[in-house]
Amino acid sequence: MSIRIVLNGTSQDVTAGMSVLEFLQSRSIDPSHVVVEVNRSIVNRDQFANCRFKDNDTVEILRFVGGG
Amino acid sequence: MRMKDELVIAGIPVRSRLITGSGKYRDESIIKDVLEAAQCDIITIALRRIDFDNPSENILKNVPSGKHLLPNTSGARTAEEAVRIARLARAMKCGNWIKIEVINDQKYLLPDNHETILATETLSKEGFVVFPYMTPDLSAARRMVDAGAAAVMPLGAPIGSNRGLQTRELLEIMISEIDIPVIVDAGIGKPSHATEAMEMGADAVLLNTAIASSDDPVSMARAFRLAVEAGRTAYLAGMPGESRTARASSPLTGFLDS
Repeated sequence: MSIRIVLNGTSQDVTAGMSVLEFLQSRSIDPSHVVVEVNRSIVNRDQFANCRFKDNDTVEILRFVGGG
Repeated sequence: MRMKDELVIAGIPVRSRLITGSGKYRDESIIKDVLEAAQCDIITIALRRIDFDNPSENILKNVPSGKHLLPNTSGARTAEEAVRIARLARAMKCGNWIKIEVINDQKYLLPDNHETILATETLSKEGFVVFPYMTPDLSAARRMVDAGAAAVMPLGAPIGSNRGLQTRELLEIMISEIDIPVIVDAGIGKPSHATEAMEMGADAVLLNTAIASSDDPVSMARAFRLAVEAGRTAYLAGMPGESRTARASSPLTGFLDS
C-alpha cells in the first residue's frame, strides 16, 4: 500500500510506513548530508529511522549548496 | 608595541579578513584551491532542496575541515522564513553561524533591514552567531547590535554587480560608529575595491562573484588576499590626509636658489 506525500513541493507516492532513513537510502542519499523537515518540524538525524511518513505529510529534504 | 592585529567575531579569533562565497563556480572542485589561495577561514554556503537526480552532490566535500561555515538564509523574504532556514541549517550540525539574508526585491536584491533586525533578535536569543547582511544604515545597524548581532554586513553595491563601494559615505559612518565587526559584503568586483574597504577601516570583506566568475578563480583569490592585506596594513599604518595643493616631497631649500 502506498501513501501520498508532498516532497519538496511535488506530490509523490511512497510505501506506507516508510521511514525517513529508508526513503533516503532508497534514493542513494547520504543521511549525514541532509536535513529533513516534516510538516514544518525538523527531524533530528537520530530520529530518521523512527520517523515514518504519514498520508498527506509535507516533507522537505535539503542540503548545502554553493552560495554567497 | 602594536598588539597582534586579530579579527575576533563573537569571541572567536579569525585569521583572515577575506571571507568568500561558494556560489557560481563552474567547477566546484576548485573551491579547495581557491580557499588555499585566499587563505580564507570563513566560507558562505546556502541551503536548498536536494536534487534527486544528483543525490551525492555535496558542496562540503570541497571545503577543507577547519573552516568556519557561514550558511546564509538566501531565499527568505521575511524574518520568519529566515528563522526557519537558520534552524534547518543548524540541524545540519555544521555550527551555529548564520548570515541573515532577507530579500524582497528581486531587481536589486537589496536586503530588508526591518525583517533582518527581527530575525537577528530571534536567532541571537536561540544561540546563533548572527551575521546580518544589510543596507548600510546606522540606525538599523545599531538595532542589529542591540538585537545581538556578532557582526554587521553592509553592502557596497547590489549583489553580483561588481560596482564597488557605491555606498562609501554610509559605510564610513558605520565603520566609525559601530563597535562590533563591520564586514563589507556585496558589490566588491575587483581587488582594488577590497583594498578600498580595508583602507577605510572595514574589519573584513565578503565576496563571491568577483572570484567565482573570473577566468582564473585561484589567481583571483590570491589577488584578493593580497588586496585585503594591503588595505588592512595601510589602515593600520595610518594614512596621511589629502590636500588640494602640492606638498613637496623633496626639501625646498636647495643650492640653486641660495
